[in-house]
Amino acid sequence: MSGLFDSKLAWGALLLLAIAFPWIAGNDYFLTVMSTAYIFAIATLGLNLITGYTGQLNLAHAGFMAVGAYTVGILTVDHGWTFWASLLMSGVVCVALGYVIGIISLRLKGHYFSIFTLCVGYIMFLVIEKWEGLTRGTVGIMGIPEPEAIGALTFDTPLSLYYFVLCFLVLLVWVKRRIVKSLLGRTFIAIRNSDELAEALGINLMRNKVLAFMLSVFYAGIAGGLYAGFVRFIGPDMAAVHHTFDMMIFAMVGGMGTVLGPLLGAIGMPWITQYLQFLQEFRFIVFGPILVALVIFMPYGVVGSFMAWRTRRATKEGKAHAAD
Amino acid sequence: MDVFLQQVLNGLTLGGIYGLVALGLTLVYGILHVPNFAHGGFYMIGAFVALHAMVAWSWGYWSAMVMAAVTVAVLGIVSERLVFHPLRKASPLHPKIASIGLLLFLEAGAQAVWGADFQRLPTPYTSVIEMGGLTAPAQRLLIIAAAFALMVALHLFLTRTTTGSTIIAMAQNREGASLVGIDANRVAMMTFAISGALAAVAATLYAPINLVYPAMGQLVITKAFVIIILGGMGSIPGAVLGGLIIGFAESFGAYYISTDYKDIIAFVLLVIILSLRPQGLFAKRGH
Repeated sequence: MSGLFDSKLAWGALLLLAIAFPWIAGNDYFLTVMSTAYIFAIATLGLNLITGYTGQLNLAHAGFMAVGAYTVGILTVDHGWTFWASLLMSGVVCVALGYVIGIISLRLKGHYFSIFTLCVGYIMFLVIEKWEGLTRGTVGIMGIPEPEAIGALTFDTPLSLYYFVLCFLVLLVWVKRRIVKSLLGRTFIAIRNSDELAEALGINLMRNKVLAFMLSVFYAGIAGGLYAGFVRFIGPDMAAVHHTFDMMIFAMVGGMGTVLGPLLGAIGMPWITQYLQFLQEFRFIVFGPILVALVIFMPYGVVGSFMAWRTRRATKEGKAHAAD
Repeated sequence: MDVFLQQVLNGLTLGGIYGLVALGLTLVYGILHVPNFAHGGFYMIGAFVALHAMVAWSWGYWSAMVMAAVTVAVLGIVSERLVFHPLRKASPLHPKIASIGLLLFLEAGAQAVWGADFQRLPTPYTSVIEMGGLTAPAQRLLIIAAAFALMVALHLFLTRTTTGSTIIAMAQNREGASLVGIDANRVAMMTFAISGALAAVAATLYAPINLVYPAMGQLVITKAFVIIILGGMGSIPGAVLGGLIIGFAESFGAYYISTDYKDIIAFVLLVIILSLRPQGLFAKRGH
């Protein structure tokens, strides 16, 4: 799976492009759109860990992101915590919650997990909306402080916030690449391809699935926490299952089961809706059929299909050489 | 006591509606082994077609219901052909994602055509019937009668007719069914048509006492999933029984616990039950 798409050169070029983006964009509005896209990209990277690598479709992902955001919102506004400490807690809370939910739901066979997480997503949404004492209900939490300055580094302009979010994205992409390339990542793929075979090879299914789930929702929690510090206002709508569908589309378009695919999907798709303003409300009229068509004709997404094509070509060349 | 009977009535109403929706879902699951998330979209489209027929074309309630059933049955067949048939050999993840794509398309489409506002379906049955000190809105009694009549009709169709038996046969054993010459395509299309029609009828029955809006199917379909997990995926009596369990849990929960949290009750019940019995409440062993 190496080659052009996964080389150090490609990742370096992408990083340079991201660093130079503020000069290319030229205005604050585009910076804000891009920063939001990065935050959703972080959550999508997490979704891809459990869905793309382990083959379990988690439909509560937006709920976990909302839990992360509310952790930051409640701790900073109601309890006077610093942003940084509460951001850490948003990851911790999600991982703890992910452990409990994972233990219960990942024992379930096949489709039960997706349906179970769909229900969990609804519980999260309804609890956030109805538990006014904790979450302020439909009003949401306003006035979340921006991240506190580190030394001379302040985070009070769109430009500084852009780099702030970008730093997290780069760090979390790096971590994910390390995970995926490690033995752990190969274990996840083995489980996705055939859990019976993986079990026969001595892989502890339950332990690894729960681990993948916890890692996945850690990404969602951090993304939610960042979102709270970036937008500084959160409401129960964040937990709506539609946002999980959005992330699923991002991952599908780019290609589940690759690191780059969901990343590009999550960064690229918001721009499409930005430019097709008329689509905003009705975006799923277009995205719905695209999703169906992708699943049927290009199940590995754009990046995944390209990689598969390269692998096929490489094997063919290899065979041709062997014939010589 | 009066209050108790009132809740029984509410439980039967909800149970009837949930049962119809869950039946369609469980039939399709039995045949294709796909949790069809688009079923919520079918339910919603059914309500909008009935609303459109009654308001824009001033049709009667029953002809609007037939119109909704036919439209959604056709929609089901088209979905089977265009979306699920090409994916019958794909990994389990892919048809599931495709069904979500279909749901998103139907919801956005309904919003584009009929708008995002909450609407109410007019019904000719607005009277309140009194029986021995117990008052019941006619529409609720109609829902109970119609839903359970339809369930009995479906049961007779599946067990007494050859066509119905082919559906059962294919749900039990796909290869075996094709060996004895059952046309898998025809059965799949028919199952989608029946499932869609049931959803549309349920929506038309329930809409007068609820609201019609593009996202209306989501909560109902999620509850229908809870029901078929309770009743065992693919089990028809399980869907009816599960529907009643959730219906009663909700109506009693809303009264004795909290109206605010009534929509959570089904999900919490599922979480508890699956924690104790991962294979579902009535599911057969193995498989």
